Amino acid sequence: MGQPIIKINNLSKCYRIGAKETGYKTFRESIIDGISAPFRNLKQLQRLTKFNNNGDDERSNDIIWALKDISFNVDEGEVVGIIGKNAAGKSTLLKILSRITEPTGGIIEINGRVSSLLEVGTGFHPELTGRENIFLNGAILGMRKKEIEQKFDEIVNFAEIEKFLDTPVKRYSSGMYVRLAFAVAAHLEPEILLIDEVLAVGDISFQKKCLGKMEDVAKGGRTVFFVSHNMGAIRQLVSKCILLDEGKIIFNGEKNECISKYLHHNFSENKNYRMFPDHVPGEEFPVVIKGIILMDENSNSKSTFNLGESLTIEILLEAKAKGTRFQAMVQIQNEFGVFIYHCVSVDAGKPFFSSGLYSKLKVTFPKLKLYPGKYSVNIGVYRPGLSTIRMDKIESAISFTVDQSAGLDEIRPLGKGDAVVHEVPKWEIEYAQ
Amino acid sequence: MIIKPKKGWQLVDFKELSEYRDLFYFLVARDIKIRYKQTVLGGLWAIIQPFFSMIVFTLFFGRLAKMPSDGIPYPVFNFSAMVAWTYFANAVTNSGNSLITNTNLISKVYFPRLIAPLTPVLAGLLDFSIAFIVLIVMMFYFHIYPNIMILYLPLLVILMMLTASGVGMLLAALNAKYRDIRYTIPFLVQLWLFASPVVYPASMLPEKYRLVYALNPMVGVIEGFRSALLGTIAFPKQILLISTLMSVILFISGMFYFKQTERYFADII
Repeated sequence: MGQPIIKINNLSKCYRIGAKETGYKTFRESIIDGISAPFRNLKQLQRLTKFNNNGDDERSNDIIWALKDISFNVDEGEVVGIIGKNAAGKSTLLKILSRITEPTGGIIEINGRVSSLLEVGTGFHPELTGRENIFLNGAILGMRKKEIEQKFDEIVNFAEIEKFLDTPVKRYSSGMYVRLAFAVAAHLEPEILLIDEVLAVGDISFQKKCLGKMEDVAKGGRTVFFVSHNMGAIRQLVSKCILLDEGKIIFNGEKNECISKYLHHNFSENKNYRMFPDHVPGEEFPVVIKGIILMDENSNSKSTFNLGESLTIEILLEAKAKGTRFQAMVQIQNEFGVFIYHCVSVDAGKPFFSSGLYSKLKVTFPKLKLYPGKYSVNIGVYRPGLSTIRMDKIESAISFTVDQSAGLDEIRPLGKGDAVVHEVPKWEIEYAQ
Repeated sequence: MIIKPKKGWQLVDFKELSEYRDLFYFLVARDIKIRYKQTVLGGLWAIIQPFFSMIVFTLFFGRLAKMPSDGIPYPVFNFSAMVAWTYFANAVTNSGNSLITNTNLISKVYFPRLIAPLTPVLAGLLDFSIAFIVLIVMMFYFHIYPNIMILYLPLLVILMMLTASGVGMLLAALNAKYRDIRYTIPFLVQLWLFASPVVYPASMLPEKYRLVYALNPMVGVIEGFRSALLGTIAFPKQILLISTLMSVILFISGMFYFKQTERYFADII
C-alpha cells in the first residue's frame, strides 16, 4: 500500500479526424470529383496514421488532442473517479491505460494486471448460449479458462439466469442479457480495473446490485478507475477524483470538492433551471432536452410555489433537423417516490409537436393542487405514436417545493405528507323534512 | 509494464500470445459454433461447398473441355484439390476480414491483435477435415489408395495454414485502413484459384516454367496432396521446397506488416 501502482507522465493522445466532405455544386464538378476522388482518398487515408512533429500538425484543423500532457500517480488500492463532460478525454484515458490504443506522447508505468470494462457484454455473440458466452466473454476480459470455471456458478447466480443457461442469448430479454454481461465482468479479479460508465444498465434493483458489487470490488483493496456521469455512484465508490476538461486535468484530489467543481462547471447553482449541455441530438435521438426552467404565471423563474399557484415547466429542446415530430411527457413524483402525475402531450389532444432546431415547450399546471412538500420532475421526449420510442429522458430533471405560506386564511393548514392531492370538491347538504 | 508510443520494429511477443491462448481457443470455438447456426444443412455445408464446385468443374473442365487429369478420374482429381482450396479460400477471406468483423472487440478490449487473423485459419480446419473424409470415401469408391508419401500430409497442411495466415494477416492489416481490400479479396481468391492447379494438372505447364509456378505456395500444397493421395506424379520435392520457402516468406512478411501497423487499428477501424 502507498506505492504508486500507476505513474502517468505527460500523456498525450491526438486523433486525426477526417477532413470535411464538401458538397458538389454541378454535375460536371461531381464527375471530375469522382475521377479524382481515389487519389484524394488515398492521400487522406494515408494521412490518418501519420503524425509529424514539425509543427504543421499543430495548426492543422483536422487534429484533435483528446489528451494533452496529463500527469498523475495512483497508489495501490485507490479508487479513482474520472469525471468530466463528454469529449473531455475520459474514455481515451481508459483506452490508453488498457492498451487498446497507443498514446501519441508520454509514458505510463503500470505494476499489475489490468482489465478494462469499457462496455458491458463486449464480444457477446447472439447465436451462442449463455454458458458459451460466459466463457467467451470471460476470456475476452482477460480471465483464464480455469478462473472462469471456478467462478461459473457465482456468475450464473449473480445474473439470475440459471434456467436459460443453454439458450442462445439472442432469445434473452435485454435485461437478462445485460445482467449476464455484468455478472461476468463483475467477477474479474485483476489488480487494476478500468470501468467506463457501465452502471447505467438494467432496472433499478439490478443497478443497486451492481453498485453493491462495485463497492465490494472497491473495498477489496484493488485499484479501480471509474469513469461516470453518475455523481451518486462516484460519491459512493471513489476515494479520489480527477476532473478532466478538453484533455487536461482541471482538478485532482478530494472527491467532494471535485464533484462540486464539476457540477459548478456544468450547471448553474440556481435550481430554478438546469441545463444539459451533454445532450446532443444524433441519428438515434433526433430531439434532445437541453434545459428545463420552472416559472410562475408571470414568467418569474422560481423553485418554490404556493398551493393554488400556476406552475409552468419550460423545456428547451434541440433537434437535429427542423420539423422533427415528437411527443413529450412530464412526470411529477413526490419525495416518497410516488408518481402524482404522468402527463403525455397526446392526452391534451396533441398527437405530436413539430420541432424547430431550437424549441421551447411549455407545460402549464394552472392551479397547483399538490400538498406541501418536495416534488421532482421527470421529463422525456418520444417519437410520436403509441410505441413510445424514446429520444431523450431526464429523471429528476429538476425539483420544486410546494408551500402554503400564502392563502392560509382561506383554508386550514395542510400537513406535509398528510395527503397527496389537495382537491376542493363541491359540498352540498340537503335536508329531509 | 510500460506504455509509451512504440517506435521502430515491433516483434511478436510470444510469451504474451501464450498467455492469451485461452482467448484464442474460445474465439476459434466461437467461429466453429456459429458458422452453420440457423442453417438447415449445418455441417453438411462443409461438404457441399467443395463438392458442388467439383461437380461444376467436372462438367465444364473434365467433360466439356476434356482437361487432362494425370490419368485419374477427373472428379477425384479435382476434389483432392478442392478440399485444400476451399480451406485456403475461406481462411484467406475470413482472415482478411477478421479485423472488420471483430471491430467491437478491437475497439473495446486489449488482446494480442494477431489472434484475430489467426482464428479463422484454425477454425477452418474442422471444415477441412470433414471434406477430407469425403475425399477418402471418394478415393475408395474409385479404388485409389494413398501411398507412403501420405506421411508428408501434416507438413502439407501446415504449409497450407502458413500460406493462408501470411496472406490473411497482410490483407487484414491493409483492410483496417483501406476498405478497398474487402472488395478485392473475392477477386484475388478467384484469380488465385486459376493460378493454382485446381482444375488442371501442373504437368500441363512446360517444364521450364514449373519452378516459377511453384512460387505460388498452393501449387506445392495441391500437387503434394495429389502425389501423396492419388499417386499422380512422383512426390514434387523441388516444387515443395520452393513453395515452402515462399510461404515462409509470406508468413513472416505478413506478420511483420501486421505488427508494424497494429498500433493504430483501434483508432481507425
